[in-house]
Amino acid sequence: MSYETVIGLETHAQLATESKMFCGCPTKFGAKPNTNICPVCTGQPGVLPVTNKKAIELAIKTAIALNCKIEPQSVFARKNYFYPDLPKGYQVSQYELPLATNGHLEIEVGGNIRKIGIIRVHLEEDAGKSIHQGAGRILGSASSLIDYNRTGTPLIEIVSEPDIRSPKEAAVFMQALANLLQYIGVCDAKMEEGSLRCDANLSVRERGSSEFGVRTELKNMNSFKAVEKALLFEEKRHTEVLADGGKISQETRFFDDTTNTTHGMRGKEEAHDYRYFPEPDLVPVAPDKKWVEAIRSALGELPEERKNRFIANHRLSSNDAFLLISQRATADFFEECVILLNKPKIIANWILGDLQAYLNARNLTIKQANFSPVQLVELIQLIDKGTISGKIAKTVLIKVLETGNSVKDVIAESGMTQMSDEGTLVKIVQSVLAANPKQVEQYKAGKTTIIAFLVGQVMKETKGRANPGLANKILKQELDT
Amino acid sequence: MAITKKDVEHVAKLARLGLSEEEIELFTRQLSAILDFAGSLQKLDTKNILPTSHAIPMKNVLREDKVVTCQNTEDILANAPAEEDHMFRVPRIIE
Amino acid sequence: MNKKTAHELNNLLVNKKISSVELTKAVLDRIDKTEGKVQAYVTVTREDALKQAKAADSRISELPDTRIPLLTGIPIAIKDNMCTKGVLTTCSSKILANYIPPYNATVVEKIKAAGAVIVGKANMDEFAMGSSTENSGLHPTYNPWDLERVPGGSSGGSAAAVAANECILATGSDTGGSIRQPASFCGVVGFKPTYGRVSRYGLIAFASSLDQIGPLTKDVTDTAILMNVLVGYDPKDSTSVNQPVPDYQKALIDNVKNLKIGYIKELLGQGIDQEVKASIEQAMKKLEELGAKLIEVSMPSFEHAVATYYLIAPAEASSNLARYDGVKFGHRSKEAKDLLTMYYNTRREGFGAEVKRRIMLGTYALSAGYYDAYYLKALKVRTLIKQDFDRAFMKYDVLLSPTAPSIAFKFGEKTADPLAMYISDIATIPINLAGLPAISLPCGFSKKAPIGLQIIGRAFDEETVLRAAFTYEQNTDWHKQIPEL
Ligand SMILES: [Mg+2]
Ligand SMILES: [Zn+2]
Repeated sequence: MSYETVIGLETHAQLATESKMFCGCPTKFGAKPNTNICPVCTGQPGVLPVTNKKAIELAIKTAIALNCKIEPQSVFARKNYFYPDLPKGYQVSQYELPLATNGHLEIEVGGNIRKIGIIRVHLEEDAGKSIHQGAGRILGSASSLIDYNRTGTPLIEIVSEPDIRSPKEAAVFMQALANLLQYIGVCDAKMEEGSLRCDANLSVRERGSSEFGVRTELKNMNSFKAVEKALLFEEKRHTEVLADGGKISQETRFFDDTTNTTHGMRGKEEAHDYRYFPEPDLVPVAPDKKWVEAIRSALGELPEERKNRFIANHRLSSNDAFLLISQRATADFFEECVILLNKPKIIANWILGDLQAYLNARNLTIKQANFSPVQLVELIQLIDKGTISGKIAKTVLIKVLETGNSVKDVIAESGMTQMSDEGTLVKIVQSVLAANPKQVEQYKAGKTTIIAFLVGQVMKETKGRANPGLANKILKQELDT
Repeated sequence: MAITKKDVEHVAKLARLGLSEEEIELFTRQLSAILDFAGSLQKLDTKNILPTSHAIPMKNVLREDKVVTCQNTEDILANAPAEEDHMFRVPRIIE
Repeated sequence: MNKKTAHELNNLLVNKKISSVELTKAVLDRIDKTEGKVQAYVTVTREDALKQAKAADSRISELPDTRIPLLTGIPIAIKDNMCTKGVLTTCSSKILANYIPPYNATVVEKIKAAGAVIVGKANMDEFAMGSSTENSGLHPTYNPWDLERVPGGSSGGSAAAVAANECILATGSDTGGSIRQPASFCGVVGFKPTYGRVSRYGLIAFASSLDQIGPLTKDVTDTAILMNVLVGYDPKDSTSVNQPVPDYQKALIDNVKNLKIGYIKELLGQGIDQEVKASIEQAMKKLEELGAKLIEVSMPSFEHAVATYYLIAPAEASSNLARYDGVKFGHRSKEAKDLLTMYYNTRREGFGAEVKRRIMLGTYALSAGYYDAYYLKALKVRTLIKQDFDRAFMKYDVLLSPTAPSIAFKFGEKTADPLAMYISDIATIPINLAGLPAISLPCGFSKKAPIGLQIIGRAFDEETVLRAAFTYEQNTDWHKQIPEL
């Protein structure tokens, strides 16, 4: 039997505000425990929340970028549950009426572009942090210590449709979402640091079935890789259980990144009943057209719009354009290059090829690399002029990236300029011909394709510096006379 | 609508209220009576009526994103039933 | 001198006939003398009060007469559900018996800025849940008119303190009648402003969409004076209204000529004590003599107000009271071997029976499967009640009714049957559901216990309410009666 995996993701992103969602405490990280707190975010008796305008604007920004419909009225609700890191005994969140609904995000998987639906984008407040003592995990610890510094940090929750069909796709979606959130300046989107978090729902069904299988909810994935690994484990588990005729039980499971496995919570899980109701201490958020439009225009060109412009104006393939806009800095780099030299296709190839490979291998962003658009353009122009070969240019690029030296210096230091002096080349050609009498004979017998081998020998002799066109021309001259 | 002892126990658990056997009995009776009384609302036709969460309707009450540093964090901690390393200590968490 | 009103005392203070220290001492002496019988206070802030009085006296001597705020040097009691920085604030609950707030409620800031002298924190029904102050988790308060009777609630301590002259004025909070009903039972004036007029920041929440702070005073003039201090937009309260605030003293006009007053049929029929009804009808006659037009008005939805209220208020309360869990402040049970045990035992030991009952009721009304039938339904009926008021106010300037169906009842009379206690809030509850302003002022006696007249106004039209009340008061002398203690 063949199975299909169905995945939906719920992402929480910390909004880049100075102050918390409902009080004036700073959102800065790394302060001494319980110093970024006040009566409001510690839920003292009698306090009241007042909503941070910037948080609403960042959420609207996100919703626009995810092609969502901004709802004319959204309402904060209380999600009631007891936990020590939740000082009020409820989390203020949006429930029945979220800020935005019905959007999508495009991702690229294996050369195909997939549109993943977004059910909703809503605002909520973060909980605090518990430090469990006496053991590494919650269970078995002697007591727990609570730090409310993070309590009340503004979050957006982004809920995807169950449109994702593989763990790989899920990881790509998360990366694409992170890129987008960074791109529009809403969140620094670092999973490892917790500013971007994700819970995943996975179910498996018979291929062709339109009904969903029983799903499990996965938590505690702290990197894009972890998302993929947790889902891979769970996909395999579901498939095996179902293939054995077994049943999956609906539950929450935790991912353990030391073993790359997931575990259900021990014991019976109490059915959650959050008793949501409209938060009486807050009034509805009703963004009018003017406000939304002002945010939209301040947002400038969105990644998708930019992608379409790259395709239309620079005749890039949709894939290349997609890859370029995946990170704002990369797209900016590309555009700066094109202003200097109107060869978009060649520039795109360099950026997405050798440059990106170098950066990926070292886990660097284009901004962190010691490399400017001027340098890339210079490199391309030197190939055009014939000063260096395309092949050497690749070596030069790496050297420039590694050393931070200028293109010219790298070429001069290593003597990698192309050999275009006819006199010198003639002498080398003659010695190559003398050393390969067999091939010369074959050529004369009519096997002219053998000339490629001879060009190769010339390149080898010159350590790749010979201008291959010129070498070819001289070889022909010498052989034909 | 009659509510059962089991309902009362379930609700007490949701509300994290420890109740004695007598209280459970008492609340089962009293809540039933109150909910019976509240059941009279079901007679009213509210099909096209919107709910009122706020008697005085308002919208978009927002504050600027400005940091206001609290001067009384120590007073907040001073109320902690148990404190350790500038944190609130709670007994072990078992589910 | 502690028998006088704030406006009378202001005159004496400004003219230096008396000092605030003398006045404050007189009030503290009175507390010493009668508190054993009345028990209006949870905390008396003796030393702090004398310090504030001294500061008030120097302010009076330094400032030109016209610039001295009216409440300067006047002793006031604060209901114990309003946070006072550094001063015990218990909400009359064991769960907060040791709670010292790190901040001041906005109204407390305003009262301090106005120069008033805070003499103590007044007793109340625990978390403002109750109509008799019998639900205080600390001790009951006794009605100064008849110590066998309750002072009403939940602001029973505030009302009793004013009636017993243990303060000059007091603050209360009103969620379903908690200012007006004890005012009625204790023969003082109590006013619940329009929802959003007074900041709730620092008021320990019972039911957030219904709670409103207001004054309890000896006469309507003092109510206007204290209103002027309490009201106003507060950026810390998202539900406080950003609207210009009138000078309420200017609304004190002795004239109700052609004022259209609708008296509520449903609140003068069945279930209303005959002597109460008679007093209200007397008051109506009086107002008619003074030139007002009295017309009967029917409010059919009132029949459902109590049920509506007793779903909405407990639902909000069940959530508001979740923070009392033994983690951050207040009581934590000694029986707390793990987190869950701590929760169960802390809340069992800390909350009284009525609070538990309402937490249970509210949790149930919000829980899965019951939300639509109970909570959502109640929010819709709330709309119907609001519509009844909207219709009535298209015709009438104010509405009139008794504040409570009876005079103050005796201790224990209604504790056995919570529903009977709830139903006695019938006249006050609809006003909170609609967010409207309403006053209770003395209009008679029955068995030597006071009766209260309720006047209800349009949203944000506190002025007309005050004008009607002032006119009635100026032409009667019920408010001048003082209990013998
Ligand atoms: Mg969430
Ligand atoms: Zn804070």
